[in-house]
Amino acid sequence: MAGNGKPKFAMYWAASCGGCEIAVLNIGDKILAVDEAFDIAFWPCAADFKVKDVESYPDGYIDLCLFNGGIRNSENEEMAHLLRRKSKVLVAFGSCAHEGCIPALANLTTPEAIFRAAYLNNISTENPKRVVPQPVTKVPEGELHIPVFYDRVRALDQVVAVDYIIPGCPPEPHQIWNVLEAVISGTPLPPPGSTIIGAGKVAVCEECPLEKHEKTITRFYRPYEIVPEPGLCLLEQGLFCMGPATRSGCNARCPRVGMGCRGCYGPLDGVEDQGARMLAALASVVGVGTLRDEEPKLEPLIEEVMETLVDPAGTLYRYSMAHSLLQRARVETGSSAAGGVR
Amino acid sequence: MSATYEPVIVGFLCNWCSYRAADLAGTARLHYAPNMRPIRVMCSGRVEPDLVLKAFREGADGVLIAGCHPGECHYIEGNLKALRRYVLLKQLIRQWGIEPERLQLVWASASEGTVLAAAVNRMTEQLRALGPLRWQQTVLGGDGRPVAAAVPKAEAMATTMPEEA
Repeated sequence: MAGNGKPKFAMYWAASCGGCEIAVLNIGDKILAVDEAFDIAFWPCAADFKVKDVESYPDGYIDLCLFNGGIRNSENEEMAHLLRRKSKVLVAFGSCAHEGCIPALANLTTPEAIFRAAYLNNISTENPKRVVPQPVTKVPEGELHIPVFYDRVRALDQVVAVDYIIPGCPPEPHQIWNVLEAVISGTPLPPPGSTIIGAGKVAVCEECPLEKHEKTITRFYRPYEIVPEPGLCLLEQGLFCMGPATRSGCNARCPRVGMGCRGCYGPLDGVEDQGARMLAALASVVGVGTLRDEEPKLEPLIEEVMETLVDPAGTLYRYSMAHSLLQRARVETGSSAAGGVR
Repeated sequence: MSATYEPVIVGFLCNWCSYRAADLAGTARLHYAPNMRPIRVMCSGRVEPDLVLKAFREGADGVLIAGCHPGECHYIEGNLKALRRYVLLKQLIRQWGIEPERLQLVWASASEGTVLAAAVNRMTEQLRALGPLRWQQTVLGGDGRPVAAAVPKAEAMATTMPEEA
């Protein structure tokens, strides 16, 4: 396959769900253009390559590597280093590689609690011997090694230098194609260095057709509790929506169909902590606690409203936990409680 | 806990009331705990949640937000915004495993130097009882760079685990 002069393409899958791979196929028949323009050098999901193939390539052999998934264990980390070395352009593809995404919600708990949930206390798991995988297992033939599980999920750029980031869970097909088309046609990309490409520069609200009326709310509703009024801002109806604190690029897909934005495109430029930014925005939407209320009553009144927002950490940081300011919850050493989870 | 532990409180004081309260505490020569590092901001409503979280990450044991009494805000209701953020932030940090006492809010007008001093004293004692936070060292591991290949407790588990207590 080598030696035909085509640029080399790779895609790899670390701690993620696989949706990013599907998203690439969602560009439709344009995938044929990708196949025509590139020589696939490594893409375990789509073509039969082994890690030793990648190891045998000279450094910088791969021209474009899309890396999806966060860094959950030692294998993910090893592959991140390997693909960084072998790739000219390394792209953190999708929310997991960008900022941790759903796997990084586990940063709110402990590895021990995760193992209990995955292997022991789970109604769909039958494990009468209560076996839990160990990094090293002794068998008569010798020692077996499996990857070591880390104490938290990290984003790709917290492990290796990343040239570009394509955000989204998963990235929208038209955005993926915009980037691939630019690479194929030789259009110069912006200067590398964790640069966001394939996304907008404004908030999701700017792309959202729902109307805002500067209304305030007195409680939050979960999506199943009310049917939203069509055409009106969801947040102003009490339905949690991350739009104000989330980067555009998806064309406001979720709010358009009555589902609040969950924040998968990550924070806007210059914002370090997406959840904190959204929290600040919520303070302006919640209308309870005004100058008409007596001072001592203010806090309980506001508390009552804020308590209707279930699981604030998991909601505000659904996609950005690994890249948040605090990165993971604090767990008292020696306690086997499930971390900070309420 | 080491006897030398002195809690570090990052205090965000609003320009119009609480910073002046701190000034007054100084000119009145009030004796109070020297643990607060005051930062003057124009309004308690300017204290974005990022600032609070960043203070925790960078080594603060506690964060105190101080502003004008409701109804007395120079910007009419900046302090009410601060209060709403504070309430939600308190719920949030609990999930991160940070004790709610580590984040406090106090209303102190320009004439209430004693109120501010008392709040700092009280908070210092509470933090002393809680012990240090030291986010970088205890949670992120070491010098704040991502933890390199930290072996989780899972490895220390026996191959078979007991029933959860």
